[in-house]
Amino acid sequence: MTTLLDLEIEKKAVVLEVLPSPLNAKMAEMGIIEGVELSVAFKAPFGDPIAIELNGSLLSLRKNEASLVKIQLI
Amino acid sequence: MTLKIGLFGNPNTGKSSLFNMLTGLNQHVGNFPGVTVEKKYGVIKRSEKTFTIIDFPGIYSLYPTSQDEQVVYDVLEEPNHLDFPDMACVVLDSSNLSRNLLLLTQLYDLKIPIVAILNMWDLVEKRGLTIDLSNLEKTFPGVTFVQTNARVGLGKERILEALEKTVETSNYSPVIDSFELAKIEDKKSQENEIKLRYGWINEKLPHFLKSKPVVEEGTKKIDKILTHPVFGYLIFLSILFAVFQFIFSFAVIPMDFIDLKFSQLSEWVGTTMQSGLLNDLVSQGIIPGIGGVVVFIPQIALLFFFLSILEETGYLARVVFLMDRLMRPFGLNGKSVVPLMSSVACAIPGVMATRTIADWKERLITILVAPLMSCSARIPVFTLLISLTITNEDIAGIFNLQGIVLMGLYLLGIVSALLVAIVLNKLIKIKFSGYLLLELPSYKSPRWKNVIINVLEKVKIFSLDAGKVILAISIILWALATFGPGNTMETEAKKREESLASSTLSEDEKEQQIASVKLEHSYIGIMGKGLEPVIAPLGYDWKIGISLITSFAAREVFVGSLATIYAVHDESEENDRLIDRLKKELKPDGTPVYTLATGMSLMVFYVFAMQCMATLAVVKRETNSWKWPIIQIVFMGVLAYSASFFTFILFS
Repeated sequence: MTTLLDLEIEKKAVVLEVLPSPLNAKMAEMGIIEGVELSVAFKAPFGDPIAIELNGSLLSLRKNEASLVKIQLI
Repeated sequence: MTLKIGLFGNPNTGKSSLFNMLTGLNQHVGNFPGVTVEKKYGVIKRSEKTFTIIDFPGIYSLYPTSQDEQVVYDVLEEPNHLDFPDMACVVLDSSNLSRNLLLLTQLYDLKIPIVAILNMWDLVEKRGLTIDLSNLEKTFPGVTFVQTNARVGLGKERILEALEKTVETSNYSPVIDSFELAKIEDKKSQENEIKLRYGWINEKLPHFLKSKPVVEEGTKKIDKILTHPVFGYLIFLSILFAVFQFIFSFAVIPMDFIDLKFSQLSEWVGTTMQSGLLNDLVSQGIIPGIGGVVVFIPQIALLFFFLSILEETGYLARVVFLMDRLMRPFGLNGKSVVPLMSSVACAIPGVMATRTIADWKERLITILVAPLMSCSARIPVFTLLISLTITNEDIAGIFNLQGIVLMGLYLLGIVSALLVAIVLNKLIKIKFSGYLLLELPSYKSPRWKNVIINVLEKVKIFSLDAGKVILAISIILWALATFGPGNTMETEAKKREESLASSTLSEDEKEQQIASVKLEHSYIGIMGKGLEPVIAPLGYDWKIGISLITSFAAREVFVGSLATIYAVHDESEENDRLIDRLKKELKPDGTPVYTLATGMSLMVFYVFAMQCMATLAVVKRETNSWKWPIIQIVFMGVLAYSASFFTFILFS
């Protein structure tokens, strides 16, 4: 399964699904929903947290949050 | 007619610039009822109408994940709520419409009359976007759209004009018919609703937005450097170093000036007012008490000046990004870094800076451990004790022993703050959501008006709210040091005066001797003596006991107290006379009081003990109860006692 964790910097992907967690509503609110396009902008040391670009803004997520986002490369 | 206008918007949309533009300096700060969430509001009078503009916390949707955000939900869910708005101003970042419209559709569906503010309009062109305003208005019938650029102060008149027109909500065409907010616990409904709204927005978006927004190139380039895995940290450390250098070198100037002016004032009152109890109360209790509040202002102002600049530019979010992973093992998050770092200058602004931490548990832990970071008020205590009990010698030719001890004390503070955080994280049973999901705003140059207003607000909060507690405690401490049981103070002072009559001491020295005798027989003196059996295992005598009690006001008072007790008040900056005197102080058995063991034990005591009433007052204000400051005083006291006890044994 490919998740946001596997996405390399500056590669683009589209979100397939966000796995169930207490954070789903919060993630949706920030725009992380099925069908949205995103890319990884940069990562902190040890790849945690990561910064992604979506809808023209930068958003940072922790590794365990990123692991909930299933993606497909485009 | 007074209308309540709620100001809503996502974080980083320039909402606070807009609030400052609308209300100027005519702002008031309070709390929303029952919670410690800051409520800022300002009143604007326009011909017939008066607008009370309430600045609600920045949110992405009406569904809360933190205490701050919950306020918005609580207000909007209850149409009879005191703060329920008659109209809403919804601030939108014009360069990032899709996410910003989510909140607008929710407020729209609640049938609140809306003036939507397309802020940062200048960025639309700069980023090559085209917004078709008339199509946007058609998408939200009934909503008045206003273009502004609050950062440069454009659009105030237009907003006020739009507010003056009564907005009719009858022609609203809602996204969700007869919409009601989902229950807070019902995350599934919330998620579905948000997805439905995004679906609707994405369908409408092409009608009024012609191109796809992207992160601007400038921000990307700056991030390549500022969030670099190596340079990012080096730059952060350099900025911290520069800020502290600045605060340490420049805050002293106004602080010394304030000290001087207040002691001159109390001297002037002391000599001009009719002598008596009232004179003493004013000149020795109230004036120094107020001085004790004012003296913190330069540090608070300077620290918030720099913090506001870092926040305004968007850099602070990067600090959170860089530090998040490092702070997590301690039950803290990236947002705890700035408050803890600030506490190295002074815990008061540190505690006040925790407001950015959304999660209540993480914020509470940060507040509780912040005073363990060694603040600048500990420096005079440390320097006195180090030059008194640590020999000035070099180790291995390059390291100075006194310097190593000082550095060790700082490290001890940092390490124990982190360790205590781990323990508190296990002990405090509060539901913890623990996520990051933080927006990294694009870089901007700071707006000086916002910076200045923020600094003024912090200073105001500190002087008014915390000031009351500080003043009250100062007066209590003054009374305890001025009064004693029965006439013992007077008779003992008289005895000393008579025995000194034939001595060759100068008038000043005689006066100091008498002051010392009086303090010894005051309530504080008696308390100090009563404390002796308790603190003897730490290596302290009753004279140190008195100084421990008086320096509860503020740590640096310790030095002045010892000077009074040993009757060696000295106007010069150097403590040479005091140090000489302390070195000669002997125990009843003829050994010196200030040995290495006692010195180390005392310094360790000051690393841990909550010897600062101002911090106490600020913690009370920020947690909205006496519960947490009392818990803090107790656990820091227990830590201080046990650590000093073991230190004393170790060095004896």
